Amino acid sequence: MSPRLYNEPSPLEVKILTRRFGLPNSQSIDTYLATGGYEAFRKALEMTPEEIIEEVKASNLRGRGGAGFPTGMKWGFVPRESPLPKYVVVNADEGEPGTCKDRLLMEHDPHQLLEGMLIAARAVGAERGYIYIRGEYRYLIEILDRAIGEAYERGFLGDNILGTGMRFHVYTHSGAGSYECGEESALLESLEGKRGVPRIRPPFPATAGLFQCPTVLNNVETFCAIPAIIRDGGKAFAALGTPRNGGTRLFCISGHVNRPGVYELPMGFNLLRMIHEVAGGVRDGRKLKAVIPGGSSCPVLKAEECDLPMDFDSVAQAGSMLGSGGVVVMDETTDMVRVAVRIAKFYQHESCGWCVPCREGTTWLRHLLTRIDQGIAKPSELDLVVEICNNMLGRTFCPLGDAAAMPIRSFVMKFREEFEARLRRPMVAVPDPDSLVVS
Amino acid sequence: MSKLVTLTIDGKQIQVPAGTLVINAAKQAGIEIPSFCYYDGLSLQGACRMCLVEVERVPKLMTACTLPVAEGMVVRTNTPQVIEARKAMLEFLLTNHPLDCPVCDKGGECELQDMAFRYGAGEGRFVEFKYHVPEKQWSPVVYYDAPRCILCYRCVRICDEGLGVNALGVVNRGVRSEIAPNRGDHLECDECGMCIDICPVGALTSGTYRYQTRPWEMSHVGTICTFCADGCKTTLGVRNGIIIRANNRDRSGINDEFLCIKGRFAFDFVHHPERLTRPLIRTLSGFREASWAEAIELVAERFEQARQQGGRIGLIGSTRTTNEENYFLQKLLRQGLGSNHIDHRQSGDLVSLLMATRGREGALATTADLYHASGILILGADLSQQHPLLAFQIRANYRHHRARVYVVTRGPVREDQIAARSLRVAPGQELEALESLRTELQGLPDLVVLYGDSIKGSAVARLVQWCDSLAIAVRYVCLLDDANSRGALDMGLVPDWLPGYRSLDQMNLQPGLCWEEMLESEELEVLWVVGANPLRRRHLKRRPWLVVQELFLTETAQQADVVLPAASAYEKRGTFTSVCGELQQLQPAAQVPGAKTDLEIASLIALQLGLELGPADPDELLGEIHRTVDGYNVDLPLVAAGAAVPTGPYPDVAAVAVRVDKIRSREDTLFTAGSLGQRSQVLTSVREAPGSLYRG
Ligand SMILES: Cc1cc2nc3c(=O)[nH]c(=O)nc-3n(C[C@H](O)[C@H](O)[C@H](O)COP(=O)(O)O)c2cc1C
Ligand code: SF4
Ligand code: SF4
Ligand code: SF4
Ligand code: FES
Repeated sequence: MSPRLYNEPSPLEVKILTRRFGLPNSQSIDTYLATGGYEAFRKALEMTPEEIIEEVKASNLRGRGGAGFPTGMKWGFVPRESPLPKYVVVNADEGEPGTCKDRLLMEHDPHQLLEGMLIAARAVGAERGYIYIRGEYRYLIEILDRAIGEAYERGFLGDNILGTGMRFHVYTHSGAGSYECGEESALLESLEGKRGVPRIRPPFPATAGLFQCPTVLNNVETFCAIPAIIRDGGKAFAALGTPRNGGTRLFCISGHVNRPGVYELPMGFNLLRMIHEVAGGVRDGRKLKAVIPGGSSCPVLKAEECDLPMDFDSVAQAGSMLGSGGVVVMDETTDMVRVAVRIAKFYQHESCGWCVPCREGTTWLRHLLTRIDQGIAKPSELDLVVEICNNMLGRTFCPLGDAAAMPIRSFVMKFREEFEARLRRPMVAVPDPDSLVVS
Repeated sequence: MSKLVTLTIDGKQIQVPAGTLVINAAKQAGIEIPSFCYYDGLSLQGACRMCLVEVERVPKLMTACTLPVAEGMVVRTNTPQVIEARKAMLEFLLTNHPLDCPVCDKGGECELQDMAFRYGAGEGRFVEFKYHVPEKQWSPVVYYDAPRCILCYRCVRICDEGLGVNALGVVNRGVRSEIAPNRGDHLECDECGMCIDICPVGALTSGTYRYQTRPWEMSHVGTICTFCADGCKTTLGVRNGIIIRANNRDRSGINDEFLCIKGRFAFDFVHHPERLTRPLIRTLSGFREASWAEAIELVAERFEQARQQGGRIGLIGSTRTTNEENYFLQKLLRQGLGSNHIDHRQSGDLVSLLMATRGREGALATTADLYHASGILILGADLSQQHPLLAFQIRANYRHHRARVYVVTRGPVREDQIAARSLRVAPGQELEALESLRTELQGLPDLVVLYGDSIKGSAVARLVQWCDSLAIAVRYVCLLDDANSRGALDMGLVPDWLPGYRSLDQMNLQPGLCWEEMLESEELEVLWVVGANPLRRRHLKRRPWLVVQELFLTETAQQADVVLPAASAYEKRGTFTSVCGELQQLQPAAQVPGAKTDLEIASLIALQLGLELGPADPDELLGEIHRTVDGYNVDLPLVAAGAAVPTGPYPDVAAVAVRVDKIRSREDTLFTAGSLGQRSQVLTSVREAPGSLYRG
């Protein structure tokens, strides 16, 4: 099967994880093996677990799920000796609005993910792995299950892998449509068959994860980077990026650009170049207004803030986050109030409801922003939006509350005049009842 | 065991054991950190965010309810940032809260109201629509009003962790999250109402109490539950002499805040319309009402005749009368009327245990021991049904201390969930099965053994012998049925021993008739039944003259020659002794005009007979018991102050021939309680009633 490509590749891309995209039968194990697949795993079998982890540390690979935590270090936290079974869990929940890369990685090259999991299993001594896939990606389960079947047939999975005595079994598991289930501890709860609400941490998954056992949990893309790291060496991968941000990354460029798509670019690639040279520039020759650099939970950057290298540290310095690599581009015609309302709606809908400030705060923000959008609010209520966000920030049980408050606050603070203008508009006589009811 | 950690909270340096949560460390330092979702003894949530505090060198505010102390930690609970965060959380909580305090059942005793008063902002800024859903009835006793719910998950946890029932869960997401029964639209559970009690707001309300009163219109009377033998302390809310609710929110007593459905709801039998309020005297055409004076005179006349005939009178007493009443009754019979035909329905064989452990210190376990012992062995009882409090304590022990629990029963019981091993054996075969547990039990530092009515007579002696062979510290609980079953044994309301398990020889008495023999006896002229219903399942062989003191016209009362309307335990002063031997004080709460306490009635009879039996006032009688009855030489001021004071030991236990076949538990479930239970609307209306034992 050759899945279609959603966008033309760009010559500026550095294709490491995406190098098989577009190959005939890219999903099949034969294609995979013919293009160097599972060689890294064979190499890992010759290495000690410590050597594998050292190699991952040397690669400066940072988690692609959003937080950018160094992957090698995370693997190092898994206790070597443990009477408990250990697990490898893949976060394929890909819920962050603006993000659509994990899906392509699984759709085009499922064996790369399995190989990454196998190497992780070898590094920490896990015998079971789970791929937790967002409910909307159900069709991917078939692709992954087929790949898993092939891997069993060829001896890459099972109780005696390649005759070495290594055991590793992989299972796919579908989510049911909750953004919060991408948060690692909620994901584990959901995987255990419970309600998808986060856990108190510490303990972290590395020591007490799935079924309270030591667990390596990473994003799809993070695992997919592992084969290249082991095959070519951590140093080579690191050298592709900037000093503290190794390798390449899949950027999902969406919004008002001429060639939206998923592009694999080196870490630290300039954001403006990304928009203009990789994605073909702003749509219809309009002017750039703002960019959300890493998925909807990241504060918005105004056009003049966008001349920056896209790595975790530089974007953080600019007051936003690299997040999950979802670059949302907005041109001068974009109505920032509507964007804020849309974001508020999303987080209100996705708040799991466990904790007070997020459950009630997102609901309040949604109502309030909806009213502002309709012009039925007092100017002082713009300050209230900021205050509600401040009252949520850093005080919720999990980062979803922050993820809701940060972007909304940034929109009101950076584009305040647009919100104020809304309140000067003549009042809408009858508010759209639908928009006032929490759905 | 755990080492001490030094930390500073608001400038106060304190030392607490490692592992203590900051919220509790602060409490020890006299500093209150507000909280909703944190609940002592239940799992941690971190959900309400009320307890946020500043910790030095930590950039974000931390939840004190999930944060264990650390050496040198510096915590601040009153900085502007913390105060502002609390205000914000309260503001968030109130956004979707209906603010219907004036008509809310919880008004005046609501934690949200209290917090808003103490920490909240003066004005509201929320002007959006409030999310509304209609109230739901989950059972005859539990109602849920979702908008008032603050989602602290206390109810979910108490039901799952505390009761082991797990009837409640959460449905929907975000602001639409609701608590819901795991059965969808209704509860199938213990109907204990613990969830209602633990709810900090008015989201869960009691079917029996809701909209009856405002809390401040009630007077509150602390007394002891009148149902099972576990001895739960209960605070009765009373208005105009009528009991409106029961709970133990002040956590006094051996039950902390626990009450089962009987303790919390089944007090309604007290005000049942069929309560007897006038003495009844049998005529040829049935009963006629009579005055107390006439009835007492008639009874005394018959008693006097029986006395003159050499004590041809028998007494069948009660397991719900007070120690003082039982003591006085046996004294009246033995000393006043010269009869030793005294008995009550015995539900467990305690005396065999006392004989087998004679001279040992601490052979009997207290309720607290069930929470602290490292091992628990349950023999032949369905504790969650028959002894809800004991089961609750054992579960808490398992949760908090990982107690090793062993179960040997004839069928599945809820304790299996937490048991290290569960064995299924036919009743009477329990001891044979024990051998397979030997190595595991031998490894424990200490063990509490609870045994039901299938272990009696020589089996009790064998049990003690077997436990001795483990060479570990073992304490025992002999399981008994009713609120004062234990006191009836202790007070010698039996034909085989005197109060304090002393030998009959001390009064030169021969063993009397047991209650079943009394029903068959040819020689008794008068049978006096006080608070018992022996004729529910039995017949009188030859009809003696029958006097019955009762609340209701029971099967026994219907056959009486004179019926004297008695007061229930909720209407009197006196003491009960719990199954684990704690002595506790009853206080009169309700008033039912016309009824007299059994003590008043007995003393009127004694007076009429001209007997000199000493004082008949409950407090003075307790003093006499204290002086004369083995095991009751306890700290009376403590008892009067409402404490549960352990009784024992019994230095002079008589060697008696145990009437093994007369000992039998009534096997009440959570929803049955003899003739009182039949008169409780609540007990008979829940869908789970009557239930059955050994269903797991
Ligand atoms: C609300 C929320 C949603 C998240 N959703 C995802 C997701 O869909 N996919 C993902 O990989 N990580 C997601 N994360 C991040 C995970 O919690 C976790 O950090 C990540 O999977 C770790 O993998 P990494 O180290 O490889 O990035 C989410 C985090 C939060 C707070
Ligand atoms: S911040 Fe709180 S309510 Fe929001 S998703 Fe996390 S735990 Fe749930
Ligand atoms: S019903 Fe009461 S106890 Fe249960 S979650 Fe709601 S507020 Fe808490
Ligand atoms: S456990 Fe026993 S004493 Fe406690 S409330 Fe229930 S019936 Fe009453
Ligand atoms: S009491 Fe700490 S979060 Fe609720």
